[in-house]
Amino acid sequence: MALNKLALNCVLGSEVRVLYNALSKRTHFVYQPDKKAPVDGEKTKMNMFQAINSALDTAMKTDNTAMIFGEDVAFGGVFRCTIGLQQKYGKERVFNTPLCEQGIAGFAIGAANVGATAIAEIQFADYIFPAFDQLVNEAAKCRYRSGDQFNCGSLTVRAPCGAVGHGALYHSQSPEAYFSHTPGLKIVVPRGPIKAKGLLLACVREPDPCIMLEPKTLYRGAVEEVPDADFVSQIGKADILRKGDNLTLIGWGTQVHVLLEVAEMAKEQFGVSCEVIDLVSILPWDKETVCESARRTGRVLIAHEAPLTSGFGAELAATIQKECFLKLEAPVSRVTGFDTPFPHIFEPFYLPDKWRCLQGIKDLIDY
Amino acid sequence: MSLSKISLRALTRIACRNQAKAFSNDSPTFPGAATSWTEKLEFLTPKTYGPIPVYRVMDRKGNVIHSEQDPKLSEEIITKMYKDMTKLNVMDKILYESQRQGRISFYMTSYGEEATHIGSAAALDLEDLVYGQYRETGVLVWRGFKLSQFMNQCYGNTDDVGKGRQMPVHYGSKDLNFVTISSPLTTQLPQAVGAAYALKGKNRVVICYFGEGAASEGDAHAAFNFAATLDCPVIMFCRNNGYAISTPSREQYAGDGIASRGPGYGIHTLRVDGNDVFAVYNVTKKAKEYALKENKPVIIEALTYRVGHHSTSDDSTAYRPKEEVEHWSKTESPINKLRMHMESKGLWDETKEKAWLEEVKKDVMTSFAAAEKRPKPNWKEMFQDVYKFMPTHLKEQMDQMEKHVEQYKDKYPVKDYAN
Ligand SMILES: Cc1ncc(C[n+]2csc(CCOP(=O)(O)OP(=O)(O)O)c2C)c(N)n1
Ligand SMILES: [Mg+2]
Repeated sequence: MALNKLALNCVLGSEVRVLYNALSKRTHFVYQPDKKAPVDGEKTKMNMFQAINSALDTAMKTDNTAMIFGEDVAFGGVFRCTIGLQQKYGKERVFNTPLCEQGIAGFAIGAANVGATAIAEIQFADYIFPAFDQLVNEAAKCRYRSGDQFNCGSLTVRAPCGAVGHGALYHSQSPEAYFSHTPGLKIVVPRGPIKAKGLLLACVREPDPCIMLEPKTLYRGAVEEVPDADFVSQIGKADILRKGDNLTLIGWGTQVHVLLEVAEMAKEQFGVSCEVIDLVSILPWDKETVCESARRTGRVLIAHEAPLTSGFGAELAATIQKECFLKLEAPVSRVTGFDTPFPHIFEPFYLPDKWRCLQGIKDLIDY
Repeated sequence: MSLSKISLRALTRIACRNQAKAFSNDSPTFPGAATSWTEKLEFLTPKTYGPIPVYRVMDRKGNVIHSEQDPKLSEEIITKMYKDMTKLNVMDKILYESQRQGRISFYMTSYGEEATHIGSAAALDLEDLVYGQYRETGVLVWRGFKLSQFMNQCYGNTDDVGKGRQMPVHYGSKDLNFVTISSPLTTQLPQAVGAAYALKGKNRVVICYFGEGAASEGDAHAAFNFAATLDCPVIMFCRNNGYAISTPSREQYAGDGIASRGPGYGIHTLRVDGNDVFAVYNVTKKAKEYALKENKPVIIEALTYRVGHHSTSDDSTAYRPKEEVEHWSKTESPINKLRMHMESKGLWDETKEKAWLEEVKKDVMTSFAAAEKRPKPNWKEMFQDVYKFMPTHLKEQMDQMEKHVEQYKDKYPVKDYAN
């Protein structure tokens, strides 16, 4: 739209709503839906926020101690994941909290302590840090310090994470590594709607406190045929999304889609066959699947949006090196966000995009 | 006898005397509170203290109710107030619209809260330090942040002093003593308290803005308590606009707003009509005088209404009735109130209004167009300022990326970024 039109709109005060804005459409990945359903039966086409909504609905239906709360969840949440649930289950079970993440986490722990199923939403993973103490020192250690007299296993925290194209410092972070350093927590990251539903239900029913980090860029854009049934996706289990012989590419969340595209490019451009693994679960992580693949291919590339230093890739690399040392043809490679805060205008240069990953593959082959 | 022994003895004597006095008049001697006894068993209830009244200067028609409350500002100042409020308004309209068109990535308007920004900013001096939340754009307008500076930040172009790193509206200006906005809520509040402590005795006050939603964060408690116990000359200015995104204030707190918390922390408190620019001016002025004279904090609660959506990511029709918004944007508009006041004093009229709006619209559009044309900063700026001096590991990452971009030139939007 021309600038003078902009002026005109403003002068006339007309409500020109360009319904979706060009900026948010420009993504650095091509979403690759899961084709195979994990269970038989009826399916519904859903994007990821709808699949999460479906999981929450299932959790509420099948467990009358379950409750959902957080900032703005009553009207559906800023990402629409809880839409319609307050109308369906009432204000006692689905409610807004005051604006306080440490409060949300502490409240959730208490509710879980006495047996309720607490499903807490932190509005953005970037704002989970005020709750860090409650999660790291309390939720994670509750069972251990009481000699298993008390626990808060029925607690699940959901938080939107990752790049969206314009989120800048505080609407883009991927804090999985901070929490991975905490014995007692379980951490998962879905790559799309089906996985999100299965993982969320698994978290809710898992007897230990779980954090599900949801790549927010997938909420609307990622669409799949999601089973209507009640099903769980195993925590601690990685998925091999593409079989390959020459290289193993490991990622989670949005990055999985970058890697799937890169695997195809690598086949076309270098004639190599890449195996792509979605780690799915950060803590605990699936050492068996990862190391079996690494031993087979001898070359491993790990990619994540979070910064390089102490990113979760470091943990994977260290273990792969120890377990597969004699089978490796090259050092394990990491392509990640840089060791800077997540920048607004420089996002295209910050991300471990397909070009950086492709070059990483080339370097591994040429090593 | 050593010095320490003397003072110890003296102290003991004083303590005993106090205790004796206390015993003689039977007052409680608990260290936790200086108070009296009661033998009546009853709750202190939220109703024990009636709701705190709202200080105002003008009625809804812009008439000064009691002339002794009129701040008696010069025509020049009043006109600047009005012009800045409307300028903020025009800028908001254009930037909001430009986000809808995908030209900038995000925006937040200040509709309905113009008087809280301008009234408080006008009562302070440029040397007074500002910590904002994000919806205090008018404070910067008052302080002289240029239209081009707002636009450059929203575009994150080469002329943005923040170097394109933050989302739009995350302004900051060292020159104007306005600390750069950070998205995580309420973190600015204890920081402002610390700044005020360190600035004690320098005749500068610190003002910190925060929303009624942000007041629920743990940091708000920390800030109030630190400010009170450490005697910090800070004005903690709450914009209570009724909503935190979709959450109405009745779900945010059950007490009498934010003001009622003040006395609980031992803090002098003022509650004001945030839509009355003179009232906001008066309370802020009084707060500053008191804070500097006594080296003590003040809480101001400005009651107002967020007329716009929370941000461009929000559609408030999902959680509040249109009529409510209409009421606040028409009947209770702080801009209309001031305009009626000015018209009744012969300071403003329709001709002036038209000419001014035309002028300011033109200015906004001109700086907007100029900002849009500017390139983005050199992408390597991404690696700067993480530390004062770039450590080796970061330098390595930057060099690697430079090599990579060179190799994949056509894959990166390098032409949009300065060299
Ligand atoms: C720590 C933290 N939690 C959550 C958010 C997300 N968030 C941004 S603004 C906002 C509402 C703030 O409301 P309020 O303080 O009343 O200010 P207003 O927007 O009304 O000016 C929320 C929840 C955030 N920015 N920081
Ligand atoms: Mg508010």
